[in-house]
Amino acid sequence: MATFSNETTFLLGRLNWDAIPKEPIVWATFVVVALGGIAGLAALTKYRLWGWLWREWFTSVDHKKIGIMYIVLALIMFVRGFADAIMMRLQQVWAFGGSEGYLNAHHYDQIFTAHGVIMIFFVAMPFITGLMNYVVPLQIGARDVSFPFLNNFSFWMTVGGAVITMASLFLGEFAQTGWLAFPPLSGIGYSPWVGVDYYIWGLQVAGVGTTLSGINLLVTILKMRAPGMTMMRMPVFTWTSFCANILIVASFPVLTMTLILLTLDRYVGTNFFTNDLGGNPMMYINLIWIWGHPEVYILILPLFGVFSEVTSTFSGKRLFGYSSMVYATVCITVLSYLVWLHHFFTMGSGASVNSFFGITTMIISIPTGAKLFNWLFTMYRGRIRYELPMMWTVAFMLTFVIGGMTGVLLAVPPADFVLHNSLFLIAHFHNVIIGGVLFGLFAAINFWWPKAFGFKLDVFWGKVSFWFWVVGFWAAFMPLYILGLMGVTRRLRVFDDPDLRIWFAIAAFGAVLIACGIAAMFVQFGVSILRRDRPEYRDVSGDPWDGRTLEWATSSPPPAYNFAFNPISHGLDSWWEMKQQGATRPTGGYMPIHMPKNTGTGVILAALATVCGMALVWYVWWLAAASFLGIVAVSIAHTFNYNRDYYIPVSEIEATEDARTRQLAQGV
Amino acid sequence: MSHATTDTMARHWELEPHHHPDGASTSLGFWVYLMSDCLMFAVLFAVYGVLGTSFAAGPGPKDLFDLELVAVNTAMLLLSSITFGFAMLAMGKGDQRGTLRWLAVTLFFGLCFLAIELYEFHHLIHIGAGPQRSGFLSAFFTLVGTHGLHVTFGSIWLVTLMVQITRTGLIPANQRRMVCLSMFWHFLDVIWIGVFTFVYLLGMI
Repeated sequence: MATFSNETTFLLGRLNWDAIPKEPIVWATFVVVALGGIAGLAALTKYRLWGWLWREWFTSVDHKKIGIMYIVLALIMFVRGFADAIMMRLQQVWAFGGSEGYLNAHHYDQIFTAHGVIMIFFVAMPFITGLMNYVVPLQIGARDVSFPFLNNFSFWMTVGGAVITMASLFLGEFAQTGWLAFPPLSGIGYSPWVGVDYYIWGLQVAGVGTTLSGINLLVTILKMRAPGMTMMRMPVFTWTSFCANILIVASFPVLTMTLILLTLDRYVGTNFFTNDLGGNPMMYINLIWIWGHPEVYILILPLFGVFSEVTSTFSGKRLFGYSSMVYATVCITVLSYLVWLHHFFTMGSGASVNSFFGITTMIISIPTGAKLFNWLFTMYRGRIRYELPMMWTVAFMLTFVIGGMTGVLLAVPPADFVLHNSLFLIAHFHNVIIGGVLFGLFAAINFWWPKAFGFKLDVFWGKVSFWFWVVGFWAAFMPLYILGLMGVTRRLRVFDDPDLRIWFAIAAFGAVLIACGIAAMFVQFGVSILRRDRPEYRDVSGDPWDGRTLEWATSSPPPAYNFAFNPISHGLDSWWEMKQQGATRPTGGYMPIHMPKNTGTGVILAALATVCGMALVWYVWWLAAASFLGIVAVSIAHTFNYNRDYYIPVSEIEATEDARTRQLAQGV
Repeated sequence: MSHATTDTMARHWELEPHHHPDGASTSLGFWVYLMSDCLMFAVLFAVYGVLGTSFAAGPGPKDLFDLELVAVNTAMLLLSSITFGFAMLAMGKGDQRGTLRWLAVTLFFGLCFLAIELYEFHHLIHIGAGPQRSGFLSAFFTLVGTHGLHVTFGSIWLVTLMVQITRTGLIPANQRRMVCLSMFWHFLDVIWIGVFTFVYLLGMI
């Protein structure tokens, strides 16, 4: 256990030398991160990229650039989250036969907490938010989102949350509570130092961004669709994003308020979740899962959309059962609010309540099953091209079905009483999150990368990554099902029974395979960037996969304004129809295009919010108050700026579009 | 270019200029924001529902609430909603001075509401019934206090908007902001009616 003191000084709050971690592992990490950081900053300075980064990226309100920045953030955080994972795998295979392993309890508990928090909030969430940001406006034929400034601000708030969470590694500690910080363990009595406060403020700052981006995308989909694109003509990815954003808007406020109540318990001494004076810890667990269950559908629904787009594109067919796909998505959206109690059947709410939630949980498998059949029937008699996105889709179908079935198994309350809190559960949710969300994201990266950057990803390294990932996943998580059935509970640091060790060894081996898969993915990016000008990589057409939806109707990468003329939709798969009818793209008669101006306000506000969060973690009250007042002042000042837009002149559009005309002529 | 291709082109691309009104999505966006805010209050109401009788051997609603004071307070907030309505009507007539006058009256009632609430909180804490005393009081202070914080931020927004209307007049951007703020203000009124009914009135039965 680290030594710490909660004695505060005016200037620095409870921040003092004890905040520097004592573990050599953390020190080594710090040195590596610091050196890498210094090298990165030096390179940016040497090549004079700061101004370019600030003007073209950080202050950009272009949904495409914001989308890419979200995904870059997710990839960086993914490396951190995976480092946590492989450390746990190593510890669990090491700590047998009286050995304590190499991680003490204080450190190990932070690692499993950080792994969960980072993977959900700072990998999966920014990844899908980035994806929706990039693709949805293009798919609906819009030029940007409804509130472009808010979009930039949301992104930087997510970064702020990630910064606060990462800071805990080198300054103080992170929570040792598990990723949902259940009280009373997360209360001030059992977690007296800064760990849980880092958790709270990291999530609160990022949560503001998530909620606002949910509102933004929701309104964008409702208000900015191309003429003729009725709701039932929207691409499936847009539909699933729409439902995911409804879930974000309708569930993240619950998380925010629940964390506020926990904050009050910790900072003010209220009694919401305490053991005494009328508090009720189980209320926290109910509330957090009222957010938490919709959250898993926020993660998976957009990827169901990705799989739909990929399957129909690479089967060369219209998606089978479009309407049933939409209805299934809506059903899942509604049902996701009626199942939260299945996360704690063991609370003891009685047979009737448990049965209700068990049955609603099982019902969700019906629309999900319908989706799987739709994908299979789309493939049936299609001309399937096994490009990388399609490979990931098939791997998803095979993997996710297993995860879905173990989910139905866990939905049976008596079975859950046995398996609750065991490694079986861990295997189940990694099975659906990796097999569903991550495989979907990899499909999406391979699918839309050419759109975003104008060249395809390398196939060889993509396949290397694919096979390492898929095999690694099965090797890493099937043993956990077995261990769970043998009764091994989650979050254990040391083991007594030597018979268990072989399964942990297999799981650790699987994690190493996954590490190779991740490395291969980064090699794939690097190789493709180096070879981007070769004709077999270059995408001059803007439509490298013979796509069906409107994002393929513009160039790769699309111009800042996306479409020189708004596309008009006459049915599902608008771009496919345009191609069928030989609709040529207009090459003259351009009009000036109204676009939002870049602004640095989002960066400034999020930076102030990050400072405020850090100050609250360390009880530096004067700084918290000052930065909060700063946020209010900057926000008010921003509203005095009425001059937020400009027109792209016709000459510029002409130049861009003529370049594309020449490029298209070369491509043909 | 043949006639047929031009026709297909016009079928698939919007070739004519069209008017895109500024801020067309603002009111929908603000509505969605209000609904998300409403969920935060829903959580607080639910928490109050669970903890509302967890007195921990401390005082309960009947020992603490002064319905007459709360009635005055409620009147202040309801009146402020009406006067905001008058401000909107004045704005509809293009009457800038009238708009500002009614906004000032709204602000006055809003501040009265906050003052009375602060007095009530101060009194409760003074007699030892602070938010730390019991689950019931934690839930009470947080629900009512969150509403009060909203009114505070609404008041700051109101002052900002008065300055902006004074400086730039009732331009469309400011009219949009007025619509949003009025929705926010009425929304807080609706929440307060819930607080008044479920916390104060039901508590006194």
